[in-house]
Amino acid sequence: MKTAQFWGYRRPDGRVGVRNHVLILPTIVCATQAAKQVTELVHGTVSFIHQHGCAQVGADYEQTFRTYVGMGTNPNVYGVVVMGLGCETHQGRSVAQEIAKSGKPVELVSIQNHGGTLGAIAEAARIAAQMVQDASALVREPFDVSELIVGTECGGSDACSGLSANPAVGYVSDMIVDRGGTAILAETTELIGAEHLLANRAVDDRVAKKVYEVIEAMEKRAIAMGVDIRTGNPSPGNRKGGLTTLEEKSLGAAAKAGTRPLQELIHYAERPTKKGLVWMDTPGHDIEQLTGMVAGGAQIVLFTSGRGTPTGSPIAPVIKIATNTSMFERMRENMDINAGTIIEGKESLESVGRRIFDELLLTASGKLTKSEILKQHDFGIWRIGPTF
Amino acid sequence: MSSYRFVILNQKDNVATALDDIPAGSIVKVTRQDREYDMTIKQNIEFGHKFAIVSIKKGEDILKYGEVIGVASSDIAEGEHVHVHNVEGKRGRGDKEHEDRSILGV
Repeated sequence: MKTAQFWGYRRPDGRVGVRNHVLILPTIVCATQAAKQVTELVHGTVSFIHQHGCAQVGADYEQTFRTYVGMGTNPNVYGVVVMGLGCETHQGRSVAQEIAKSGKPVELVSIQNHGGTLGAIAEAARIAAQMVQDASALVREPFDVSELIVGTECGGSDACSGLSANPAVGYVSDMIVDRGGTAILAETTELIGAEHLLANRAVDDRVAKKVYEVIEAMEKRAIAMGVDIRTGNPSPGNRKGGLTTLEEKSLGAAAKAGTRPLQELIHYAERPTKKGLVWMDTPGHDIEQLTGMVAGGAQIVLFTSGRGTPTGSPIAPVIKIATNTSMFERMRENMDINAGTIIEGKESLESVGRRIFDELLLTASGKLTKSEILKQHDFGIWRIGPTF
Repeated sequence: MSSYRFVILNQKDNVATALDDIPAGSIVKVTRQDREYDMTIKQNIEFGHKFAIVSIKKGEDILKYGEVIGVASSDIAEGEHVHVHNVEGKRGRGDKEHEDRSILGV
């Protein structure tokens, strides 16, 4: 097996992080503003805004719960201050207890138990300040690429996505898999029309059958809405970029998956149990997909775009790869790598793939991505049930 | 003969993707399934957009990457712009529920 190394942080559960954040994790919409205030007060902390955590039931409750816990247990996070309100369905205590099983520092602050908003902010900031100093004493060590789970994603696609950046990411996906690592393929919606190609690469009939099952379930959701899925996907920007149908977009999106066997299908925000190429069942919505992969343990995400997007995660570096040079030039502050050289005939797909792989190792070792520098802390959960 | 760039991704394909903005009236040389021929671009084709490299009848599949990306919703002449105005997707068609039921076999 080929090898490659990066500098990371070993966590108590044995996983390896590429960042060393202290996460202020609000389990309920009511605590998101207080959590945001803590990040203003304490250097080295991150948080995110969302609208969930109450009046949710069943599988929808479980999926949101799994997403919160996954964000906290992601190895890019050193420690977590969970912030709750007190009366919500997603109890901060339950989330904190689950994260604590990873062995990392976890504390709980709730607004109702700490004398209201200001008391809760003060208490959370006091705890976070100590965690940040403890985290800063850790030193990076060399690790093998086999420790990495790399998410792959395309957003704001154009007709070049399937010709340049996506196949280049596919080449990197194969490089990661060949070195013992894990690559996540996702966005089930945007694989409708390309499912036969992936089912043919499944390691066994059971995995192939699941490919068709998740595709059918996603397509049925669209059909249940009673409209042509093209009213929402491909998006207006995709269409302006030359993509005509969802099937055309999907065939380009599938190029991100490289050529290696498909090992397993996992639920949204679930951690892969296998190394190699895995498929997480997520929607095509960029931020919901990104959040699912990061909550599933991805330490880094490779994100291709034709139209250009600012996308980033509060806890994982997102390396953004332009499919064409004109957008790369227009949006240099958002894009990390240009794959448009493939379209221009100036560089081979393999050469761009190797550049992306080198950037992946540098980023894993601490180099900041554009979205981290611009504090693009996107977060969105794929809700699968109504709010009550 | 113009030097505008475009790509045909698979020999089965009946469309090409423009890699430059190609103005209407340009003559391009197409090589497809061992046949080489000149054709005239009928409308302005923007970078990333598709044009037909053979004439396509209404109801015929549109092929790119050697795979079906949709179906022609009207007759399309060689050199014409191929996009949402003359192609429909086959999948996720909640507006055509009966056809979709037959596709899904449910």
